[in-house]
Amino acid sequence: MKTIYLDNNATTRTAPEVVETMLPFFSDLYGNASSMHSFGGQVGKHIASAREQVAALIGAHPSEIIFTSCGTESNNAAIMGTLYSYPEKKHVVICRVEHPAVLNVGHHLQARGYRVTELGVDHAGNLLLDELRAALKDDTALVSIMTANNETGVLFPVDEIAAICKERGIPFHTDAVQAVGKIPMDMRKSPFDLLSLSGHKLHAPKGIGALYIRKGTKFSPFLIGGHQEGGRRGGTENVPYIVGLGRAAEFVTAHMEEENTRVRALRDRLESELIQRIPNTLINGDPLNRLPNTSNISFEYIEGESILMLLNEEGICASSGSACTSGSLQPSHVLRAMGVPFTAAHGSVRFSLSIYNDDADIDHVIKVMPPIIERIREMSPFWKDFQAGKPPSSFLTGGDVEHHVHG
Amino acid sequence: MWDYTDKVKDHFLHPRNVGEVENPDAIGEIGSLACGDALRLTFKLDENKRIEDIKFQTFGCASAIASSSALTEIAKGMTLEEAEKISNQDLAEFLGGLPEEKMHCSVMGKEALEAAIANYRGEEAVKEDFEIVCKCFGVTDKEIERVAKENDLTSLEQITDFTKAGGGCQACHPKIEAILTNLWGKKPVEPAEKSVPAGQKLTNLQKIRLIQETLEREILPPIRSDGGDLELIDISGDTIYVALRGSCSFCPQSQFTLKNFVEAKLREFVSPDLVVEEVKG
Repeated sequence: MKTIYLDNNATTRTAPEVVETMLPFFSDLYGNASSMHSFGGQVGKHIASAREQVAALIGAHPSEIIFTSCGTESNNAAIMGTLYSYPEKKHVVICRVEHPAVLNVGHHLQARGYRVTELGVDHAGNLLLDELRAALKDDTALVSIMTANNETGVLFPVDEIAAICKERGIPFHTDAVQAVGKIPMDMRKSPFDLLSLSGHKLHAPKGIGALYIRKGTKFSPFLIGGHQEGGRRGGTENVPYIVGLGRAAEFVTAHMEEENTRVRALRDRLESELIQRIPNTLINGDPLNRLPNTSNISFEYIEGESILMLLNEEGICASSGSACTSGSLQPSHVLRAMGVPFTAAHGSVRFSLSIYNDDADIDHVIKVMPPIIERIREMSPFWKDFQAGKPPSSFLTGGDVEHHVHG
Repeated sequence: MWDYTDKVKDHFLHPRNVGEVENPDAIGEIGSLACGDALRLTFKLDENKRIEDIKFQTFGCASAIASSSALTEIAKGMTLEEAEKISNQDLAEFLGGLPEEKMHCSVMGKEALEAAIANYRGEEAVKEDFEIVCKCFGVTDKEIERVAKENDLTSLEQITDFTKAGGGCQACHPKIEAILTNLWGKKPVEPAEKSVPAGQKLTNLQKIRLIQETLEREILPPIRSDGGDLELIDISGDTIYVALRGSCSFCPQSQFTLKNFVEAKLREFVSPDLVVEEVKG
């Protein structure tokens, strides 16, 4: 059975071009860039050109890029590295729909005496900018807001946020892990102080990321060790992966237009066909303000894990914001923050495309999805009641716990 | 991805007895949309009072659907007295096991059957005095106790896996711990890190410092994460006076938290003789 991979916000296929570029660094070119001999030293040149490639992808200067082990490390380093630089400031602003790599850093800080403001979003998943203005305080050390949400693809007004922060002299970091490689980013135009990106979201392998630190931004190293990365991140360079990330940066730059035309059209077609063919289907997130590759759709009155299991039987890979898939017991924090009703939040499916998808992939999903949804709805008591036009019982809404206690 | 057995997959992909029995003798409903899983069970008895036909409708994940399907297969042909004895372990075993985090699916199956049998007998499904412990998932103290006893559960994590209780806002964690302590007795207290060797009396200064440290490290973070706060007002001998702030100040459960969490932690880390009193205002 052919695998139809529509889970690119989780991870992407490593481009064959990237793998090929990496291979020599696992065999012949194994030297340490810090060595005094030219055998090691030659490796340093490759790291330097990878740095240039990554810098070019986001319109930065190579000296403003440090390589990390992943997006999570970049986010941690950006936040902690800034806080270390402003020890007297005890307030941080993030957003309620951040990735756990920022959100849980926020919780960690809160437990250690920091005040952390979590900005809300509206029903379409758009950030409430007015809340930001009100949240900034004299001792705000950092504002960290994601560029694009991983679950809905909704884009945040990061340029505006950065400008507001700049006015107040507050450093601004953006977790751009989902955005870099999918939409153009340019640090010459966007006044960000720090930006996190991750390799495996842009066709490099897992285990490599980068952090952009604008020249002149106060930053103390998070990973303390040797003099690597200009003293801003200790640890021997992960040369094959750094070289791979460099090549991937070129790769996504070359495909940026395709991502925003052909891939966007595939996504739009998938979405409109599913909405047309399946009743009680909703799009989560502002449809006009999203990444080109992401679609988050809720199928009401059913549960997401069941949908994924049946899609899996068809070779289709997607993900869900349902409680059951997360291992936690509540549906996605993003959908809850948006106020998506429980009828829809549990039945959400995220499709995220890449340039490796084609029309045949989308055709197949459009074909198999309606019977899958129907099959699960046939089993759902809520769908039956809904169809029969029964008024929502307490059993269905569960709005009042007194009426559905496990006794 | 969950590690489901072939039997779970089979019962999910080919569920038995889906639907609603026509003119059922009984109907049992458990769960809700908000909880993320729900089951409606209907059955009909034959002239020998055995379950002749039994059907389910389930909203939930693969293991919830498989557990429902397994339940109907097991119960079919049984008398109600026999069916009553089906336990959640029976359902899990029938399916070749369930992931620990999914055991609540088997508990839901058992409860739906209980609700249906109670409905047949014209009883109220919930007749005992109960208190809702977990407000996120509507789980009562009775349910937690019963499932803990039936499955030999001793930890908070297990209770969450089997009943979902405590899997939401976590405000009920101290209560669940208290139920478990009540049920199984005091856990062997792990030797807590004490700054002062046991038996040695703390000086007043040491005690105050230790109380402040314990508040900052152990007590305030979880309370603050629920939107509450607590202020240390005074310490007099072994009595600690605190004021509740934030969402704690109007929370009806705050007295419980004060005794079972704040006081318990201070006794664990500072001195077993401490008493916590609330100061209003």
